Amino acid sequence: MSLISCENLSFAYEGVTVLHDLNFTVERGNYLCIVGENGAGKSTLMKGLLHLKKPSAGTLTTGEGLRPDRIGYLPQQTPVQRDFPASVNEVVLSGCLPGLGLFPFYRKQDREKALRNMEALEIADLKNRSYRELSGGQQQRVLLARALCATGELLLLDEPVAGLDPLVTAGMYGLIRKINKEMGITVIMVSHDLKAATRYASHILHLGEDRQLFFGRTESYKKSAAYHAFMGEAAVHIRKQGKAAKDPAQADKGGV
Amino acid sequence: MIGLIPEMFTYPFMCRAFAVGSLIALCAALLGVTLVLKRYSMIGDGLSHVGFGALAIASAMNAAPLAVAIPVVMAAAVALLYLSENSRIHGDAAIALISTGSLAVGVTVVSMTTGMNTDVYNYLFGSILSMSEGDVVLTAVISAAVLVVFLLFYNRIFAVTFDETFARATGIRTGRLSILIAVLTALVIVIGMRMMGSLLISSLVVFPALTSMRVFKTFRGVMISAGIVSVVCLLLGLTISYLHATPTGASIVLCNIAAFFIYLGISKVREKTYNKG
Repeated sequence: MSLISCENLSFAYEGVTVLHDLNFTVERGNYLCIVGENGAGKSTLMKGLLHLKKPSAGTLTTGEGLRPDRIGYLPQQTPVQRDFPASVNEVVLSGCLPGLGLFPFYRKQDREKALRNMEALEIADLKNRSYRELSGGQQQRVLLARALCATGELLLLDEPVAGLDPLVTAGMYGLIRKINKEMGITVIMVSHDLKAATRYASHILHLGEDRQLFFGRTESYKKSAAYHAFMGEAAVHIRKQGKAAKDPAQADKGGV
Repeated sequence: MIGLIPEMFTYPFMCRAFAVGSLIALCAALLGVTLVLKRYSMIGDGLSHVGFGALAIASAMNAAPLAVAIPVVMAAAVALLYLSENSRIHGDAAIALISTGSLAVGVTVVSMTTGMNTDVYNYLFGSILSMSEGDVVLTAVISAAVLVVFLLFYNRIFAVTFDETFARATGIRTGRLSILIAVLTALVIVIGMRMMGSLLISSLVVFPALTSMRVFKTFRGVMISAGIVSVVCLLLGLTISYLHATPTGASIVLCNIAAFFIYLGISKVREKTYNKG
């Protein structure tokens, strides 16, 4: 049985279906990237996987004893968090809450778990620092450590490298791969970055408009029409942007 | 003047004010940290106006003021949450509607019955004399209960305040927790408004949190500092109010303003030395 399997899964907002008939499975140890353009329903699917949004049709089953509330989740950052007074330790520990059940306070093993995850992500030295004073990359590591505290099986990452510079981005991808390979945690990531997705992921789910364009192993995705169409579009987009940036410069020169 | 301070404690009403006031100040400050961070600062203000309306109606009906005000304000708190999350009227607008609406009801009821007398003035601006012995017991019990519930849910309240989506995804019932916070806030507002006045009680919620956030950078640090600042300002304010016969609520708020600027100064000085070093 798969960790997650979706059959003809659809999601709708106020009666309008935004995602039709998704069919895919996630096995233990997979690294699945969900790619697609803005508005393709990536975030909606994410909410569905987290059980924050009910499907309008089809089934979403979790297997192998995966409890829906034991999924580690790395959300996109909210404006509230940027000036929130909290220490790194407080944020990471809050990932242990689902394990507490009805007990109100953290136990010794929770504190140890938080510390282990901070060490794994190389942020143990920031333990007592304030979250709002950290760099964007450090903050993402803190939230990743919190997600790890919440799960031992499955991580859901929503655009984990958005707004990070290239060097920090590479470091983040390295960490995620380490989590996937060394800790054996299944990873599902929403991403804009097709290059990195095809480089690191074992599987790709490509969403277009309101439906699924491709699902399968990364190697076969690279040969698919969906990949080439998406890469082609991206290339045209970059060329267009390049032109727009160049033109005014040329006009200036002409003027002189 | 120093001689007047021991004398102050020979009056039972002053002792009551100190004891009950400290408890209320502590509860308000702790809840305030969450409310300010969740961008719900004005909820306290809205609820205190509802409290005024409820007190006006209670005194018109000759009913026990707290017995009427507590359920009404709790219902208003839940309604405010519901309105701001589930309708097209958003948070700040919903609060404006409910607060001006209940102020209007209160003023109308007052003018049709007793007229603007000292009681009404005390509802608006607070008074240390307003605490009867029965009130004291009830207030102490309620604020102790609020403190215990708050401590039991402290870690969950942190999680929901910092990141509601994550909390929801990991199985915390954020809806119920929001209602709990709203109900606790309602309780603190009602028991605090007799002393602080309905126009000023929300400062007890907002000031200590904002003040502490200037200097402290962890959630626990802000919480502890807010509690201390709030209680100290209340004690100072009450003393000033006793010595100079100034309005209680206003004196406490003035102390809070002073504390805010002291903390602001500390944070500026720290920034400067940090930049130099």
